[in-house]
Amino acid sequence: MLPFSFEKVRTEQDAIRAAAAGARYIAGGTTLIDLMRDEVERPERLVDINALPMADIRADGADLVIGALARMSDVAAHPETKRLQPLIAESLIEGASPQLRNMASMGGNLLQRVRCPYFRMLDAACNKRAPGSGCSAIDGLNAGHAILGTSDHCVATHPSDVAVALVALGATMRVRGPSGERTFPVEELFRLPGDTPHLEHTLRPGELIVEIRVPGGPYARQARYLKVRDRASYEFALVSAAVALEMEGNTIRQARVAVGGVGTRPWRLRAVEEALRGKAKDRNAFETAAHLALEGTRPLSHNHYKVELLPRTIVRALEMAGDTA
Amino acid sequence: MTKSNHDAPSGEERSLSGDDAPQRGPSRRSILQMAGGAASLAAAPAAIAQPAPSGGPATAPTARVRLVVNGSEREFEVDPRQSVLDVLRETLDLTGTKKGCNQGACGACTVIINGRRVTSCLTLAVMHDGAEITTIEGLARGDELHPLQAAFIEHDGFQCGFCTPGQIMSGVACIAEGHATSPDEIQFWMSGNICRCAAYPGIVAAVADAAGRT
Amino acid sequence: MTITSIGKPVTRVDGRAKVTGAARYAADFNQRAQLHAVIVSATAGLGRVTALDDAAVRAMPGVVEVISHLNAPRLAYGPHKSFIDPEVGERLHVLQDNRVRFYGQPVAVVVADTLDHAERAANALRVSYSAERPVIDPRDPKAQTIEPSGSRGHSHAARGDADRALADAPVKVDVTYDMARENHNPMEPHAVVAAWEGDRLTLWSKSQFVVNEQAEIAAIFGLPAQNVQVICPFIGGAFGTSLRTWPHVTLAAMAARQVGRPVKLVLNRRQMFFTTGHRPRTLQRVAIGATRDGRIMGIVHEGNGETSRYEEFTEALLSATSYMYSCPNVRTSYRLTPLDTGTPNHMRGPGESSGMFALESALDELSYELGVDPIELRRRNEPTMDEGENKPFSSRSLVQCYERGAERFGWSRRSPTPRSMRDGRLLVGMGVASATYPVWYLPTSARVRLHADGTAAVEVAASDMGPGTYTSMTQVAAETLGIPVEQVRVSIGRSDFPPAPPHGGSMTMASVGSAVCAACLAARDEVARRAIADQRSPVFGAALEGVEWIGGSVRRLGDASAGQSYRDILAGSGQPIEAHASNYRDPEAARRYSMHSFGAVFAEVAIDPDVGTIRVRRALGAYGAGRIVNPLLASSQCTGGMIGGIGMALMEQTALDARDGRPVNAHMADYLMPVNLDIGQLEALFVDENDPHVNTLGVKGLGEIALVGMAPAIANAIYHATGKRVRHLPIRIEDLLTA
Repeated sequence: MLPFSFEKVRTEQDAIRAAAAGARYIAGGTTLIDLMRDEVERPERLVDINALPMADIRADGADLVIGALARMSDVAAHPETKRLQPLIAESLIEGASPQLRNMASMGGNLLQRVRCPYFRMLDAACNKRAPGSGCSAIDGLNAGHAILGTSDHCVATHPSDVAVALVALGATMRVRGPSGERTFPVEELFRLPGDTPHLEHTLRPGELIVEIRVPGGPYARQARYLKVRDRASYEFALVSAAVALEMEGNTIRQARVAVGGVGTRPWRLRAVEEALRGKAKDRNAFETAAHLALEGTRPLSHNHYKVELLPRTIVRALEMAGDTA
Repeated sequence: MTKSNHDAPSGEERSLSGDDAPQRGPSRRSILQMAGGAASLAAAPAAIAQPAPSGGPATAPTARVRLVVNGSEREFEVDPRQSVLDVLRETLDLTGTKKGCNQGACGACTVIINGRRVTSCLTLAVMHDGAEITTIEGLARGDELHPLQAAFIEHDGFQCGFCTPGQIMSGVACIAEGHATSPDEIQFWMSGNICRCAAYPGIVAAVADAAGRT
Repeated sequence: MTITSIGKPVTRVDGRAKVTGAARYAADFNQRAQLHAVIVSATAGLGRVTALDDAAVRAMPGVVEVISHLNAPRLAYGPHKSFIDPEVGERLHVLQDNRVRFYGQPVAVVVADTLDHAERAANALRVSYSAERPVIDPRDPKAQTIEPSGSRGHSHAARGDADRALADAPVKVDVTYDMARENHNPMEPHAVVAAWEGDRLTLWSKSQFVVNEQAEIAAIFGLPAQNVQVICPFIGGAFGTSLRTWPHVTLAAMAARQVGRPVKLVLNRRQMFFTTGHRPRTLQRVAIGATRDGRIMGIVHEGNGETSRYEEFTEALLSATSYMYSCPNVRTSYRLTPLDTGTPNHMRGPGESSGMFALESALDELSYELGVDPIELRRRNEPTMDEGENKPFSSRSLVQCYERGAERFGWSRRSPTPRSMRDGRLLVGMGVASATYPVWYLPTSARVRLHADGTAAVEVAASDMGPGTYTSMTQVAAETLGIPVEQVRVSIGRSDFPPAPPHGGSMTMASVGSAVCAACLAARDEVARRAIADQRSPVFGAALEGVEWIGGSVRRLGDASAGQSYRDILAGSGQPIEAHASNYRDPEAARRYSMHSFGAVFAEVAIDPDVGTIRVRRALGAYGAGRIVNPLLASSQCTGGMIGGIGMALMEQTALDARDGRPVNAHMADYLMPVNLDIGQLEALFVDENDPHVNTLGVKGLGEIALVGMAPAIANAIYHATGKRVRHLPIRIEDLLTA
């Protein structure tokens, strides 16, 4: 780990000022410290924002509002989360471990780095870590890598579970920075790698995530997160799916579908959602719609299985949400 | 035979990464989302190398930290890089807490900070000034073991014993969280602690037993 | 009063130390003025170090020393080989030249005042290589297969004409299996604290074989063995990885000597995948021919294991095939493929667990070809003797294991047709496999000291990586001396204690236990002699054969009225009694009998046919493993081994990048091992076995057999559930999507 200077701030203004002057925010630290130890991350200054009053979890009408510093475990356990957005709770407790969920903040969760092993190894080429050096994964061991949103420069998967749920539910996020405050969909936080995989997010210099708002909707209560993996817990998803359904009798009025483990960012599947609209909730309809997820997939040498697994995971998640599982 | 392009770089390649100080300027460090590694090597496209030896302050800054560890107050200097785990083990010589992976992926280093179980390898001591930390050394009251410690012995919830301090600290928290009402629930909420000897049945029995007693 | 300790579910005598954090493992032995050393690992997979610029690193904060091949002392590396080293080849001579033989090989070690400084400096050291592409895959066309050149007899066995019998057999299977490389991944990383005083070296080092580590380090540094002391009271799991003494121990000792201060060196988790051995990847072919009524007529079992370029690592991959089943025609053939990798080493159930996966999977395949229940198939081919060695088994309870196991597991509820059992939408399958492991037994010495306060202290250079050596040896001593376990204190893990064999191969209970028993018996004789010589003793003047030892007292044979406790006897003179003895195996017994443990392992899996997730819902292992000294610990050890088998079957694989041989998943989050939630209902049961031939205690050992058999039972259950046969391990979701 490279040496750095450390300061703890008490106010948002101090935090943003420090960041604007070059400091990196640290909250839970579960990603940052891990990568600093591998010297993949090398901040010179850390500003500890844990004292800022941004850990609230509350209902605002039908919306769930989550402070960026709220811990994963607290959000998952909060009665308002369970009441308004059970999908958020379910996706959270499927991630990481109880200890890490106690540490990791919601804002940090969204900003966690990819799980590509070559990204972590300084002696491997990685365009994300060292732009222009190449991508070791494309011709390497890539069973865990993405099939959607990849480029010739990067094929790493975004690892967050809750981000998949947030994207499915159309959550928005509020950020504040040196030039003020703005609000935008969580989905727009994540960039595709393209030819600039080192640029992962759309935050501007010094911007601080303040809160996340999950809009209430008629589909919120009928929503499930399915995470498929070889180990029952404490493993990143091979494929995951967050689905939410608004039903009218046996007919789907509206569906929300996003998937994880397959995309270079949390992947909303609007074509699948469209195809489900107005359909009866049955396996055939689910399968027909789920296959639209494969549009544009680009499997690599070791992850063809994800092409098979992706629609199956969506179908199963739909069945779970539709209570037909 | 020549190396593939992701092989370890030659010295020549590595020298391109040079002194990385110029790339460590504050402007590119200003935002939370930005990749430190990516940014710092941005000006050296051919470099996929280890960092240059210099960079950063010549001597590590130190910070003064006060911790209440197992009820007793300790105040000392830390290198800001030091994890809570390393401070416990190397500075305070409380070696009961174990370093299994140093990656947050095994749970052996679990301690309770301000009432919550955390992996002490992935959090910095400087972030916890004033915090109360309970480690495995702080559970028993004199000769009287904590009920979960006793239950681990009774149900043979360990073999080699290396993950045991982390398992027990995690178990204490698991019970306090109310996540120990059934074996299935215990299994779910104790899955952040790997036991390679795989004493899992004994661990579940011990947590269930102690949960019933407390 | 007779105190019986053996066979009782005694809780661990070291339990309190382990649950309070007081048990000290190697890295816990912080020394005064200690420095920290960090290894720099090669980032090339094959080649040479062409430049190494340590000047800049030496100027970094806290750095005390940088050692590489450029400045490392030339070490003696005197000849040394032990039982657990490969017979053929020469160990890695660390930092003695610029060659890089495999990815991750140590190329330098950095010593600094703090761990952070040492890690930073190690990361900063610039090393240049001339690198070549290594050969790391046994299927690589450039890989060459060789015949093992050693004499350990792992290579061939033959009786009858197996190939002919196969050609003639009306029913046969002829299939190949590919098992992944695995890493031991104990929770405790390899660690050593090294401190010199003059030319005497103390190593607090993670070791399963302290006397060998002492001898090895003495040979490497050209010291008399008595100048090296190795201390290891606790091992945080090892599973074989700490049997050998690996380069990091040498580096820690070298660094400590260079800097003149104690040095602590702990491998990081990634380095645990580089230089400390691994279960070799194996490729196997099994062909079995049978009559239509299920008599096995011929078996061909060919196995190929990976090894390094500099040592021939061999394991008993095919041994079990010659004695498991009755068959007139058997041919086994073992080959090695040297690759650009570090030398593999023994990992729990070495050889047998891999070989039995192939044999027991193939037998399962044959059972479906024949339409015979897999247990019945094994019963029909149960031998009356070891047909490979042509001698009787000292005991063999395989059939009883199947009978008791089948009943307990509910095997009769199994519908024989594949893919015919469901639970809701889940496919359910049940599978079985046999397990076996030889009864190893090696010379051991132990010392016991009886004190006038009635306590006994046992010392032996054995180890405890988890099975409960402290506890079981306490039980043996307590039982033999006729005193309560609370009065016995067992000390192990020091190289200056009487020597013990490696803590592996399931031999500790048998070998060390027998030695402890012998030492206690010798101590009893000493006590009796002292009493007989004491005019005040009720046994004064008796012949040694004329006294007996009951419940810690000496008395005349058959005379219940006039005894004297050893406490009183010792109190009389005030001198403790010390006795030293070695174990003993009747050489005639070893010549006459084939000695093995056997077991039957049952597994039930539930598979989601849509998304391929596999869960082992239930498993049961029934073992005939001789006398069980402590059923509580034995059960825990066996279910632990079974879970190891779940890992082997469904998760574990060290994935190497062919371009430079690097393990890509060298991380606890990426090398999957079972977590608590993966575990269903597990049970171990023990068939009563009274085997007087194996050793005085009648124990066979459990550590290895507990893992053998689980992976094939699971693979067979997966076939039964899905109708899909997967012939490689691990079996993952991706393998079942087309099922």
